[in-house]
Amino acid sequence: MIEMQDVYKTYPNGVVALNGVSVRIKQGEFVYVVGPSGAGKSTFIKMMYREEKPTSGTIMVNGVNLANIKDSKVPLLRRNIGVVFQDFKLLPTLTVYENVAFALEVIEESPKVIRKKVMEVLDLVGLKHKIRSYPNELSGGEQQRVSIARSIVNSPKIVIADEPTGNLDPETSWGIMELFEKINERGTTIVMATHNKEIVNATRRRVIAIENGTIVRDEAKGEYGYDA
Amino acid sequence: MTLNTFKRHVRESVKSLGRNGWMTFASASAVTVTLLLVGVFFAVMFNINYFAKKVENEVEIRVHIDLAADNKEKDVLRQRIEALPSVKEVHYSSKDEELKRLIESMGEEGSSFQLFEQDNPLSDVYVVKAANPQDTVKIAKQIETFQSVHKVNYGQGTVEKLFDALKVMRNVGLVLIFGLLFTAMFLISNTIKITIFARRREIEIMRLVGATNGFIRWPFFLEGLWLGMLGSIVPIVVLALVYYNVHRLYKQQFSLQLFELLPFSPFIWQLSALLLGIGALIGVWGSVMSVRKFLKV
Repeated sequence: MIEMQDVYKTYPNGVVALNGVSVRIKQGEFVYVVGPSGAGKSTFIKMMYREEKPTSGTIMVNGVNLANIKDSKVPLLRRNIGVVFQDFKLLPTLTVYENVAFALEVIEESPKVIRKKVMEVLDLVGLKHKIRSYPNELSGGEQQRVSIARSIVNSPKIVIADEPTGNLDPETSWGIMELFEKINERGTTIVMATHNKEIVNATRRRVIAIENGTIVRDEAKGEYGYDA
Repeated sequence: MTLNTFKRHVRESVKSLGRNGWMTFASASAVTVTLLLVGVFFAVMFNINYFAKKVENEVEIRVHIDLAADNKEKDVLRQRIEALPSVKEVHYSSKDEELKRLIESMGEEGSSFQLFEQDNPLSDVYVVKAANPQDTVKIAKQIETFQSVHKVNYGQGTVEKLFDALKVMRNVGLVLIFGLLFTAMFLISNTIKITIFARRREIEIMRLVGATNGFIRWPFFLEGLWLGMLGSIVPIVVLALVYYNVHRLYKQQFSLQLFELLPFSPFIWQLSALLLGIGALIGVWGSVMSVRKFLKV
């Protein structure tokens, strides 16, 4: 569960990114975050995995207030949150298998458990046959599947995605969205920032629209609401 | 940390050496060049020190006992000298022994002194050694004030100059070695910074999936260690070979000189261990310094 209360964020250079945001996302929800570029979407998302700290306000994630946890506790927090990016963030020198296993090696899982879990998620994302390939040998959609596999291999309660379909063609995007639906069905909360109008309008999930650092719209089964 | 994790860190650090082949070469070369200079310096310094110690240990105070002193007074004097805090040993040499020594030291011409054996004009002598050679002058000055002392002889003037010269040599050497080490550390820290910069994406992803700073630091720490140790191999081999030959030639050519070189073993082993240690230290220091700024959360 994610709960924000009066969150303000001013960057050191004076830019006000969030101007009093309060929101509540329940466990198992699927939420789109929409809004024009530079409206504060990215900051809003980054707050949830403590990439940015709020200037004031509280952010509760899985019962922990991210506004005042110590830096040394951040790694533990991240193990319960999967993050997916527009640019995949895969390591080019590692194979598909190694990229996914990376997330488990880092938390010092035993090789046996790593093997089992990695094969499971790679099966889920449909890339079991490509475990020995390197990222540059894969298509964009396949790379994004690897990155999603990595984000869920820890079985996190929350997956946060920052424009996961931003670099993909429409057809591939749908495949990725189906994957997110599947993950959501398993009870994982999904928070996704997106510019993809068709997907938002077709799936009819909760939509949070952010403009000028505040939430201007928050509706269940909402629409994208912008023309672009 | 589990054994598996440690093995992973070792594997990753070694892999990274290979992956960043040229950077590895550059960093190790920086260590090599520095350690070569530092090693030559150490070799010279240690030898000067060795020589200085030997010279210092040969410095002694010769206390000439007043001819008028009887046995009791001599004993009192001896006790007083021995009671001085920094005196190591006192050795008595009668005037007959002194004369014999003098005649021997004069060689052929000494025979003319044999006349004095009938009526020896020399005085009995206490040969005093200081526990710390630097205290020689101080002790000599104190003994001069004692009763039954005719004259105190310790190579006045020469000893002071010798000690001053040795002190200057040691200090200059130390400053130079520190300067060199400092330069090396910066060189290595910068080279490793470049390898880390190339891998900041990897660090970013590690942090994203929940790696602790300690976990991220380990492979870099080990990589620095390997770099330092790799870089110290060439200097160690080169110095050992050169020193071995210099030592051999020197012994053949100048076997009777006062200035003697430190024997090859164990000196070269100590020097090698020292260079390996310094290499490892600057490698680790360099990598830890460079990785620090990438770990701010």
